[in-house]
Amino acid sequence: MRDLSLHILDIIQNSVAANASLIEISIHEDVEKDLLKITIKDNGKGMSKEFVKIATDPYTTSRTTRKVGLGIPLLKQNAERTGGSLSITSELGKGTILEATFIPSNIDCLSLGDIAGVIALTVSGNPLINFIYNHNINGNLYTFNTKEVKEILEGISIAEPSVCRYLKEMIQSNLEEIQIGTFGYKT
Amino acid sequence: MAKIKSLDDLRVMKESFQSKINLREKGENPGSHVQIKVAMATCGIASGAKTVMEFMMEELEKRGIESVVTQTGCMGYCYAEPTIEVKLPGQEPVVFGYVDTKKADEIIEKYIKNGELVEGIIPMNYETIDN
Repeated sequence: MRDLSLHILDIIQNSVAANASLIEISIHEDVEKDLLKITIKDNGKGMSKEFVKIATDPYTTSRTTRKVGLGIPLLKQNAERTGGSLSITSELGKGTILEATFIPSNIDCLSLGDIAGVIALTVSGNPLINFIYNHNINGNLYTFNTKEVKEILEGISIAEPSVCRYLKEMIQSNLEEIQIGTFGYKT
Repeated sequence: MAKIKSLDDLRVMKESFQSKINLREKGENPGSHVQIKVAMATCGIASGAKTVMEFMMEELEKRGIESVVTQTGCMGYCYAEPTIEVKLPGQEPVVFGYVDTKKADEIIEKYIKNGELVEGIIPMNYETIDN
């Protein structure tokens, strides 16, 4: 993956496949602690303890079209390369929490990338799922909740291309306001 | 255009969204739209499916083609990612492989607009000889 936003786009597909109705994406950037934390939490069908153990194994996958599943292993590799880590907590029937931490000052740390685009694309690509996106940069928080957006849109589908473009712009300008890129890495 | 920031701005924009939808629904063939699925699994994303999807959504709207662009999982053609499935109204779906923005443009101009087949089709049989 070229950047972290693409990893997020990828991991969210796991939550979608687990039939989640609510997916929470949290990004926490802390320049003082030199830490970047990405958390993806869903209320999907969850995984058994045994499956959690092997979820980071590239030869584990729930699909039948192929034998490998690289989404989580690649994210784990990229997190560990920076000195960070990846952890998964899951309970059958309740949901899954995936947490990846990165050390942004490490030269191997990927940039965050087009996170506004990824969120906009994901929420309009899955109109039936609710998303909450929290982005905290050095204590400044921006929250985006599709429930609020859908209430305002009333009958108009969140999947409309013009709505998607609009949401991307809205997220982008809010992130700019809470100073995206204060870490010094490319955004 | 002023910077878009709050949900209030969204409320203001609502009418313009609605008028676009109305315009489209009053079009010549309501309900007959092109359906496009972009494969968005790890393999697709790593090879640039996000760019292709954004391009498709934007260009189809710009060029005034009634369409729905959605995401799907891996279709099993990881070697040919990014792959997209295009279904013209009343026709069998066709899967294209190695789609970048240039290829996507060609698909829109030739296949979607004129029904001409372009290179890069992945042969897929939905029906086997047996049935």
